Amino acid sequence: MNTLASLTSTFNAVFTQAVNFAQLCFALAMLFATVRLVKGPAAQDRVLALDALYTTGLLTLLTLGIRSQSTAYFDMALLIALFGFVGTLALSRFLLRGEVIEP
Amino acid sequence: MTMSEMPLWVTVPGTLLLVIGGLVTLIGSLGLLRLPDLYARMHGPSMGTTIGTASVLLVSLMVSSAASERPVIHELLITMLVVMSAPVSSMMLLKAALYRDVQRWK
Repeated sequence: MNTLASLTSTFNAVFTQAVNFAQLCFALAMLFATVRLVKGPAAQDRVLALDALYTTGLLTLLTLGIRSQSTAYFDMALLIALFGFVGTLALSRFLLRGEVIEP
Repeated sequence: MTMSEMPLWVTVPGTLLLVIGGLVTLIGSLGLLRLPDLYARMHGPSMGTTIGTASVLLVSLMVSSAASERPVIHELLITMLVVMSAPVSSMMLLKAALYRDVQRWK
């Protein structure tokens, strides 16, 4: 029983470090996507980088929710997923047709 | 910020999934930065969208299930939304890029 308790606390520490590592990875990924967003040669590169930035921001919010064990971050992540999809769709529609909603 | 003690069935697969998801997302974003043209760059972030989102959402599902001591499955909503919407937006962006990119048609 004592072994199980010490194993549980050890793996809790490892899990906290894994959450830190994942947050570091997502922050670096957001940095790379921002660099592509700033210097992307054409408009479609920028739209792709914005889509990647949205997805990585969603993952960062979910990691924050894991770290603080609260469900408040879930709603924000859901909203980011929805608006990211709609935004990418509208931007690619604009690139394809010249306007988003055609009369 | 104090985390309450998580049981072993959360922390062991959770550590593995978080490390895998973080690394895959980082590699995909590095591909977005480094690959030469748009049609190659499009492959990078889709790795983070699929594997990264799936693993992090699985960990989030396990953590909130263990914290509230009942099965919580509402994270599957985001998974379904992201998995269903990523190919659609990717196809639309690819169509726009093909339409705009007249130089590359050889």
